[in-house]
Amino acid sequence: MIKVKLFAYFRNGRGKEVDVEYVENQTILDIATLLGIEKDLLAITLINGRQSSLDTVVEDGKNLYLFPPVGGG
Amino acid sequence: MMNTYKGNVLRINLTTRSVTQEPLNMKWAKEYIGGRGLGTKMLMEEIDPQVDPLSEDNKIIIINGPLSGAKVSTGCRYMVVTKSPLNNMIASSNSGGIWGARLKYAGYDAIIVEGKASNPVYIDIDESGVKIVDADELWGLETSDVVEKLKIEGKSSVLNIGTAGENLSLMAAVMNDTDRAAARSGVGAVLGSKHLKAIRVSVSEEKCIIGDNPAFKERSVEAAKTIKANPVSGEGLPSYGTAVLVNIVNSVGGLPTNNWQTSHFENAESISGEEMSEKHLVKKHFCHNCTIGCGRVVKMDDKVVGGPEYETIWGFGSDAGIDNFESIIKANYYCNEVGLDTISASATIAAAMELYEKGFITDEDCDGVALKFGNNEAIIEWIKRMGNPTTDLARLMAQGSYRLCEHYGVPELSMTAKKLEMPAYDARAIQGIGLNYATSNRGGCHVRGYTIAVELLGDVDRTTIEGKAKLVMAFQDLTAVIDSLGLCLFTSFALGAQDYAEIFSSATGLEITADDIMTTGERIYNLERLFNQRAGMVSEDDNLPPRLLNEPVNNEANDNTVSRLDIMLPQYYEARGWVDGFPTQDTLKRLGII
Repeated sequence: MIKVKLFAYFRNGRGKEVDVEYVENQTILDIATLLGIEKDLLAITLINGRQSSLDTVVEDGKNLYLFPPVGGG
Repeated sequence: MMNTYKGNVLRINLTTRSVTQEPLNMKWAKEYIGGRGLGTKMLMEEIDPQVDPLSEDNKIIIINGPLSGAKVSTGCRYMVVTKSPLNNMIASSNSGGIWGARLKYAGYDAIIVEGKASNPVYIDIDESGVKIVDADELWGLETSDVVEKLKIEGKSSVLNIGTAGENLSLMAAVMNDTDRAAARSGVGAVLGSKHLKAIRVSVSEEKCIIGDNPAFKERSVEAAKTIKANPVSGEGLPSYGTAVLVNIVNSVGGLPTNNWQTSHFENAESISGEEMSEKHLVKKHFCHNCTIGCGRVVKMDDKVVGGPEYETIWGFGSDAGIDNFESIIKANYYCNEVGLDTISASATIAAAMELYEKGFITDEDCDGVALKFGNNEAIIEWIKRMGNPTTDLARLMAQGSYRLCEHYGVPELSMTAKKLEMPAYDARAIQGIGLNYATSNRGGCHVRGYTIAVELLGDVDRTTIEGKAKLVMAFQDLTAVIDSLGLCLFTSFALGAQDYAEIFSSATGLEITADDIMTTGERIYNLERLFNQRAGMVSEDDNLPPRLLNEPVNNEANDNTVSRLDIMLPQYYEARGWVDGFPTQDTLKRLGII
């Protein structure tokens, strides 16, 4: 199982957290697509808090964090 | 040609109660632009950097940039430049709102305040002239009362200090109307030391300055479109404000918690931007001329008040072990009321909480309100006490966390750089920001070189030290220019050096290239450093608290990491052309400083 944590407007209609079944060779982009999130909106993608690119394979048991473009300071 | 400078500087001597006007030095304006850069140049020429910052020999330069009040997105910002009483170094604190623009509409680029009034006064500026007015009846009032007494609705803005500035708190802010602030470095105490309670600026109409070059209007419209089209400045910031960072920074294990004892807060969700939007937000707030609108207006019991920024949420939230959003909204409100910098005030309370936890501060010292991590009541009550201190501990805390911890013999518990409280990004999880804190000319500050824009919100690896020296330098130099133009740093999510060069050139007629922009930023940064050197800074001052260098963070996102300042700092000095923390003669000559 992969725990997907969603933030800002990614939560609309999806909630804060979604469990996605682990599938071999499934990338961050595959999971985002499964959740109906457009590739262009994926600004920050972390696996267990580590910066990871969209083509990174997500291993079983990991936490995936997805953020749209946001900023501050 | 007509340009977006007014060309006028007011000189107000509070000792002699004289007001004179003089021309803006355009040679310096060309070299240092305005705002932070030109203000530093003027201060350098006006005072001996070794003066006692709370004596009448210190001066306050309140200065616009050429784009403050000009018709361009975010063109409203001004700087308060003086010698800091907190760390005896350069202070230049920035504020938005509308006060600076109104000063420009009244006809002035800058005000130099010198001397010291014998009794409390305020300065009253409008298009017909300038008066120094007795203000005994305002002394002792909090911000909203001062504004209510002085404000003429729709015409005037009131820069003021609360009680913290009157009491010479080294964390005192200069408030801008009720809830915007030029907050850092204790600038409010310098006004307090001069018995200057407020400066009211009134104008009959708000007519943005456009100059007479049609290219400026075109360039300005184009910039607004670029800002709107950018996903951060056009969508992220307007929708969630700065508070959306809470969950992001916590997700990478970089949210300092319990006075930086850890860097991950279990209950971050309850103090997040998402939580604020869902439960507390009333509406967005736009500063004058802004097309972004990152400000928040929120509910507080039966009031509608200015909402807390990310830094404030962190400080009164995770850093104090607090997960109650209502308490953070109140803490922000009371800081504004007494006129305290929310970053320094919250970080000082967090340091006091660690001192209490470790037994240095006793229950007796706390006088009924325990300085215990997670105590909602403590943050509110101790803000009020620091703003109007009547006990020994409150008086000590009003001097900031460094002096507090030093008093108990444990200065290492003060999470400061150059005695200024560091903000909400842990340097053990994000390497570049730590180098920026250590080398910032005013001390622990994120907005001197906001590398978070790429280390967290972009694609630069936050954990590596490779390339960070040059990255920090570039951010610091470009920021110095944006602060000098009178624009908001948030424009830099969408605009780059080339854009700023074109906007500045078309607004002022002073031709400048993108390369010149970066060199100008470097010149400003080096001038600030030279001021600090002459004021007595030593190379050891470029440092971080030992906790960040020796006590690793270990969580889901970080494996026993510390700041690698030891490696980055020499690389940074080399990139800057500095030896042991200070510019060489060659560097100063290359930049035209000497």
